[in-house]
Amino acid sequence: MRKSWKRWIDARFPLTSFVKNELTDYPTPRNLNYWWNFGFLAGFVLVLQIVTGVFLAMHYKPAAAEAFNSVQHIMRDVNYGWLIRYLHSTGASAFFAVIFVHMARTLYYGSYRAPRELMWWSGQMLLIMLMATAFMGYLLPWGQMSYWGAQVITGLFGATPLIGDHIVIWLRGDFSVGDDTLTRFFALHYLFPFLIMAVVVLHMIALHTVKSSNPSGMSLHAKDNIPFHPYFTIKDFFGLGLFLIIFCSFVFFKPEFFIETENNVPANPLQTPAHIVPEWYFLPFYAILRSIPDKLGGVVAMGMSIIVFALMPFLDRCKIPGGACFRPVFRAMFYLFMADVVLLGYIGAQPPNATLTIIGEIATFFYFAIFIILPFTSHWENRMLLREEKLPDAARTLILEERYIPIRRDEKKNGDAP
Amino acid sequence: MNKDKTANDTAALDEGRRDFLEKGTTVFAAAGVAAACWPFIASMNPSRDIQAKAFTTVDLGKLAPGKVETIGWQGKPVFVFHRTDEQIADMHSTQTKIDPESDNKRVVKPEYLVVVGICTHLGCIPNRSGPEGWLCPCHGSLYDNSGRVIQGPAPNNLAVPPYRFDGEKKIIIGKA
Repeated sequence: MRKSWKRWIDARFPLTSFVKNELTDYPTPRNLNYWWNFGFLAGFVLVLQIVTGVFLAMHYKPAAAEAFNSVQHIMRDVNYGWLIRYLHSTGASAFFAVIFVHMARTLYYGSYRAPRELMWWSGQMLLIMLMATAFMGYLLPWGQMSYWGAQVITGLFGATPLIGDHIVIWLRGDFSVGDDTLTRFFALHYLFPFLIMAVVVLHMIALHTVKSSNPSGMSLHAKDNIPFHPYFTIKDFFGLGLFLIIFCSFVFFKPEFFIETENNVPANPLQTPAHIVPEWYFLPFYAILRSIPDKLGGVVAMGMSIIVFALMPFLDRCKIPGGACFRPVFRAMFYLFMADVVLLGYIGAQPPNATLTIIGEIATFFYFAIFIILPFTSHWENRMLLREEKLPDAARTLILEERYIPIRRDEKKNGDAP
Repeated sequence: MNKDKTANDTAALDEGRRDFLEKGTTVFAAAGVAAACWPFIASMNPSRDIQAKAFTTVDLGKLAPGKVETIGWQGKPVFVFHRTDEQIADMHSTQTKIDPESDNKRVVKPEYLVVVGICTHLGCIPNRSGPEGWLCPCHGSLYDNSGRVIQGPAPNNLAVPPYRFDGEKKIIIGKA
């Protein structure tokens, strides 16, 4: 019975072979550590955000006069509305937390290098789309922080030379953030997750072409891979369990932790709150924006601070496979960069003052300097570490073999066969 | 020989345990997912402000004998009909064929008939067609003074909503 319906489908759609090749028997490096859980977690949070978002949209009203009260309606009247909203608002923070770890892992282990450049770039695109979605979603509760956040960020586009003012008005559909801005942000906030879903599919297709990287950086031979199921389904689900413990403790015990108190005041276009801060996940970029004393320069620097990651495959010239653990200079740069991002995040959260502005400027300089010196340090690392006398023969052979990307090696093998 | 048997037995036993653990985990996970679905399903039920509108109080003091008042209850029309003694006696003595039901089972006090004014055929609102009852304008179903269907195509009598008297001259619709 079971086999016959499977045969019926398989004659029309490659169900069995797809599940076998891409899920159950999908070859996965046996040495993946828990840092490789975060892609799966990001997928989980995306689904969670879409599901909770769809249910919130059933009760939310995207109009300036009603938005704030409809959120109160969700919190007080709708059955489990408080739960669904807190899952969604905490989910936004969780999404960024997971994505930042996912990115840091990719940087640490050099997974952005050949042949995974397209994964890195599609991931970059996903980050930007995620940021846009989060920003637009933040306006929807129509509180003071929502309103002034949107006012400031749409105002950034005013820095565009010549046509800046027109772009800002076009974005808002109004002379300041208003009813139409809210309605279009809602429409786009509902649309973007599905576009993200589509890019995630591209990200996955690329992944299944090049396969997962791994901590050693060696492209593993068939015998070093193990089937995804049950080994990594169980590992991913175990990680999901740990994630959910932390996530749910926020949702149920500290649900307001990620919500600014000021946002419980309805939006008032005639009164800016005393101290406005973006959500924590935008703080480092916001600090970079504030550090540059020029309006256009600040906007460009902030944009660059996000886009610059896309250059990593070009900037990192080191061919030594594997993570920062095999590259002392890169490792030091990695940790310094992480510390710098945290410092920028702290500065972004503080009200501006003279001392912090100077520290912020230094930290901003440092942020970009790390990218600028990377080509030189990585080239130097490459030369130093591959010197014959420093490496055992076996390791040297392995590393030299890895200097050719796996795809090219396969082609060579095929060429040799006849 | 003996050794082989033991080895085989152990393998079979392990497989049984693994199978049990696998199925146990799956059932446990499925139960968790089902439980997690509940808040989402529940969120689509009427919210508390809607539930607060579930009761309607009707003052019967101004309703003269022979008159019908239409009340909105949960977004639906409810006919409150103050019947005359003659109409009560008439309804007590008649039986209907399509959905037989005796009149005294359809009222709390015989003077007042309370029915949901939605035709049981396709949901139109019947009109008062004279002293004998109601006529549905859509497909011609006829209801008598007890809200019972006396002519099709409607299959059932007009529904009696849950209601109770609060004193002599007041009813609360929505609470039995």
